[in-house]
Amino acid sequence: MTMGRIVIDPITRIEGHLAIEAVVEDGVVKEARSSGTLFRGLELILQGRDPRDAPRITQRICGVCPTSHATASSIALDQAFGIADRITKNGRIIRNLILGSNFIQSHILHFYHLAALDYVDVTAVADYEGNDPELQRVRRFLERGELGPFVPRYEGDYRLPKGTAQELVAHYLEAFEIRRKAHEMLAIFGGKMPHNVGTVPGGVTQIPTVDRMTAFLWKLNEIREFIDNVYIPDILTLAQHYPDYLEIGSGCKRFLGYGGFPQEDGRFYRGGTTSTELSPGEFDPAKITESVRYSWYAASADPLHPTRGVTEPRWGKEGAYSWIKAPRYDGKVHEVGPLARIMVNYAQGHPKVRELVDRALGELKAKPQALASTLGRHLARALDCKLIADAMAEWVMELEPGGPVYTEYELPEEGEGVGLVEAPRGALGHWVRIEGGKIAHYQCVVPTTWNASPRDGEGQPGPIEQALEGTKIKDERNPFEIVRIVRSFDPCLACAVHLVRPRGKSLGEFRIA
Amino acid sequence: MEVETRRTEEVPVVWLQAATCSGCSVSVLNTVSPRIAELLLDEVVPGKHINLRFQATVMAGAGEPVLEVLEEAERDLKGRFLLVVEGAIPTKEGGHYGTIGEVPMAERVEALGRAAQAVIALGTCASFGGMFAAEPNPTGCVGVEKLFKERGIEVPLINVPGCPPHPDWFVGTVASLLLEGLEGLELDEHRRPKLFYGKLIHENCPRRAYFDEGKFAKKLSDEGCLYELGCKGPITHADCPLRLWNSGVNWVIGCGAPCNGCVEPGFPDLVAPFYEKGPEVEEALPSGPKAKEEG
Repeated sequence: MTMGRIVIDPITRIEGHLAIEAVVEDGVVKEARSSGTLFRGLELILQGRDPRDAPRITQRICGVCPTSHATASSIALDQAFGIADRITKNGRIIRNLILGSNFIQSHILHFYHLAALDYVDVTAVADYEGNDPELQRVRRFLERGELGPFVPRYEGDYRLPKGTAQELVAHYLEAFEIRRKAHEMLAIFGGKMPHNVGTVPGGVTQIPTVDRMTAFLWKLNEIREFIDNVYIPDILTLAQHYPDYLEIGSGCKRFLGYGGFPQEDGRFYRGGTTSTELSPGEFDPAKITESVRYSWYAASADPLHPTRGVTEPRWGKEGAYSWIKAPRYDGKVHEVGPLARIMVNYAQGHPKVRELVDRALGELKAKPQALASTLGRHLARALDCKLIADAMAEWVMELEPGGPVYTEYELPEEGEGVGLVEAPRGALGHWVRIEGGKIAHYQCVVPTTWNASPRDGEGQPGPIEQALEGTKIKDERNPFEIVRIVRSFDPCLACAVHLVRPRGKSLGEFRIA
Repeated sequence: MEVETRRTEEVPVVWLQAATCSGCSVSVLNTVSPRIAELLLDEVVPGKHINLRFQATVMAGAGEPVLEVLEEAERDLKGRFLLVVEGAIPTKEGGHYGTIGEVPMAERVEALGRAAQAVIALGTCASFGGMFAAEPNPTGCVGVEKLFKERGIEVPLINVPGCPPHPDWFVGTVASLLLEGLEGLELDEHRRPKLFYGKLIHENCPRRAYFDEGKFAKKLSDEGCLYELGCKGPITHADCPLRLWNSGVNWVIGCGAPCNGCVEPGFPDLVAPFYEKGPEVEEALPSGPKAKEEG
């Protein structure tokens, strides 16, 4: 029997700082530890501040998906201010458009710029002879011979035929433009990105006009063409060449979604739980807890509901290995994110989700359970992107030009609120309590805290840890399997500030901000 | 006709992320002229190519091999690379609130800072501490300038603040360094290039006429000057109203929201609450409503 330890620190092409450690026995991952390597303490910084500043401050949790925090925070404050049922139609829709634009930006950035280099060999363009100016640019770059930031990298398992790889490189470059346009679209109503200023408690700040709506729609339409004709087909192409990745990295196989994008009635995505068995379950926010048994935080009791959760850093705490806490639902490990949204809504019979998922899986001749895998997560993310983008084209035309977007309120002395939304990376919750007109308590439970969580008080490994365990590593010096599985979760450690680190030498750190 | 062939000069750049939200990186991806692919692949100014050796958000590699890139820069590129620091640097608990490859970020920034030819502190966190250094500053975050001062590091340093900074501010600063060297950049007292941070938002604000007329927005989404709603434009030095954001589609005040003063050393504590007008704004306004009342 041979045993080895693989430490990947930093894990790059994620948002934030993350390290992964895997104990490998006879070429198979026996135990994995996911460790967040940065703590910033924003929840402590929020205490004592003007509640209205929370959406601006919490956006700085993550520059990749700040809008999610602005949205969750504003919804929590709507509730604390007693105006949750008085948000105007325009206010509701523009919040959805701002958030949705960033879903698109984040998903396209993730697949092409954060994940694709694990599958696509950029050097395939070295002998490109065609006349695409972008690929010619890459060829000249390769000829000059200084290949940063594309090397160093893991070597070996690049399987795409040369022509296909060249096409993917061209899409990698095109995707830079498309994601930028998604930010432009967002800024039409959000002012600027990253860190939009449009989403506020009470609604939004910008009154819609027909010219803004039209500009938004046509930027969106260009992006939708890319999603339909490039993004989704590219994932199906990868699946053909890497079919084993539709099987490995499945993880805990239990899923949680809070539901998101409020409509006149209900939400576009419904909240709930499910598993790969696809039986639908209700979602009850009271069942969320956080454990800090293996996290560098002090705890009076463990686990705790987020309304009672504390964030007191204790670096070097015995047995702990991460700055990430371990959230659990009903005491069990749950994955969140696009895959969870799709599974939960598929299980509940969401018509648009069913139709799209069945069509995509038909092309792969696969069952919905295949989505619970490394490439399945990428496919779910792409389908999520299409569902949101298509819906937004309808929402933007429902706006009432010139109509009110903002609801006034009195700043209360006391109040409490919760904002549960879907972020690009999954279920996001903000809990706020106001005392004496100031923030007395603020707690965020972010998607990557769920997915990159360490073990909990019961010793159950987190979703990424479970997805790694049992994985066969072909070449320990080039552990493609580990980084591909980890990145399929689109970890955002800037968000999951509470990550843990293994004792001893850590495997590696990656940022998931 | 003979085509003259000239060699491209490779300018090594190491971009280190400390306590950041990555928003600065994401903002730079939004650059338009040049586009980000051109910035990465082409000569950003004639004859010079940015050889981006380390940038954790985009780089292909991970783990040990990329840490070697950092160590190689410290060892073999002494005085020959540009260091970009994004994010504040945690210093409490021996710097263990933030590590890269098991080494505290503060140590990484120090070692790279000592070896670099020049340093760009990108974003308000790297420049002045920013959001993560806000009270009570749980992790002891500091900006690059403060860290270097405490550790006796003398290296040319340029601050390009903003939360996030506009991509043009970064690209323009780099282009200026490559074309004209350090002498070409005139800096203000906070080491910001005057080219971008030379004027107050208030001076160029399209809602300035409302201010002069005394027409003030009473609630968000109203027409009028946002002074009463906490706008920090009168004390904030940046060219946002002229340059606009995200390819020129909009900007903060264009969206009906007050400026938060995010490029200033006092962000966020000295400019918060964001939606209240503070005394610092009133004091800064020689022609402000208060001055008019008194006058």
